[in-house]
Amino acid sequence: MFASIMLIVMLALLATAAIAQAIDPLPFRDHAEELRFQHLTSELRCLVCQDEDLADSNADFARDLRHKVFELMQQGESDDQIKQYLVDRYSDFVLYDPPVNSRTWLLWFGPLLMLLAGGMVVVYTIRKRTRAGTPAAPTENGDDW
Amino acid sequence: MSRLVPFLAFVVLAVLLGFGIWWNSSHDPTAVPSPLINKPAPVFALPTLNDPSQTVSKASMLGKPYLVNVFASWCFACGEEHPVLMAESKSLGIPVIGYDYKDDPNDAKAWLAQHGNPYSVVITDVSGHTAIDFGVYGAPETFLIDGAGIVRYKRIGPLTPDVIAQQLEPAIEALQHSAPAPGRGAGGGEGVASL
Repeated sequence: MFASIMLIVMLALLATAAIAQAIDPLPFRDHAEELRFQHLTSELRCLVCQDEDLADSNADFARDLRHKVFELMQQGESDDQIKQYLVDRYSDFVLYDPPVNSRTWLLWFGPLLMLLAGGMVVVYTIRKRTRAGTPAAPTENGDDW
Repeated sequence: MSRLVPFLAFVVLAVLLGFGIWWNSSHDPTAVPSPLINKPAPVFALPTLNDPSQTVSKASMLGKPYLVNVFASWCFACGEEHPVLMAESKSLGIPVIGYDYKDDPNDAKAWLAQHGNPYSVVITDVSGHTAIDFGVYGAPETFLIDGAGIVRYKRIGPLTPDVIAQQLEPAIEALQHSAPAPGRGAGGGEGVASL
């Protein structure tokens, strides 16, 4: 009994979620265009609510930018052109995928540098221990913290 | 020696953590740098609040520096900023245009009637379309545009007496020293150039 009530409640919640998705309907020509729009807006940041993408945000500002993206799509702009349009106005920050440039190379390659540094420490340690005649994985010299 | 390595690694991580905390407390991490600084302001032509048949445009403002202050009656932080503008907008020495952003003109009129009007003129952007060209994503925001129509400075968030004294006034000062006649690239720099 309780389970079936829960089921009904959850189904009702699902239904409202579906309605929420349709709050902002746009006159897409076909499903492919809608998919392209969904994909593009999910790669763009809502700047008011910075942890949300444009596709999912209910902010008024996000709706304005969604409409702008839609308008530019209708004018035949490519995804890259639309992104550039927004970057020109809102900087790279509007993109969830930051571009690789001189200001972001540390962001992109920093983790790799850390990995290399760690690898070098490991290699150095193993070499030193091998040279010193101790096994690479000492087990009984009390150094195995 | 090798026993020092974990300790040193810890020190490095601790320093990084400290730097991160310092960086985030001394910078607003949500402020988005404007790509418009030192670039031409977008072309705009918007109706004035008091007489929608009149418009103010980028072309009509060319020749002298001015400030564009984005506000709205629904904007909470604008209420904090407003007394500062009431006290200081006249002494800036340049026109301050109020940019009423995504607002009902009647609400804006009532808001200004209640709190006072620090602006030389108020323009309205009910749809918010022009604001996208300015890269506006919230209010209040403030742009300093020079006589040649170039954006020289942008403030995201309320103007405070400190911000005005330390950033805005030096930026205005720099404009008036660098170019009495509209001219590109004479001084200016990062918007806050030396005096």
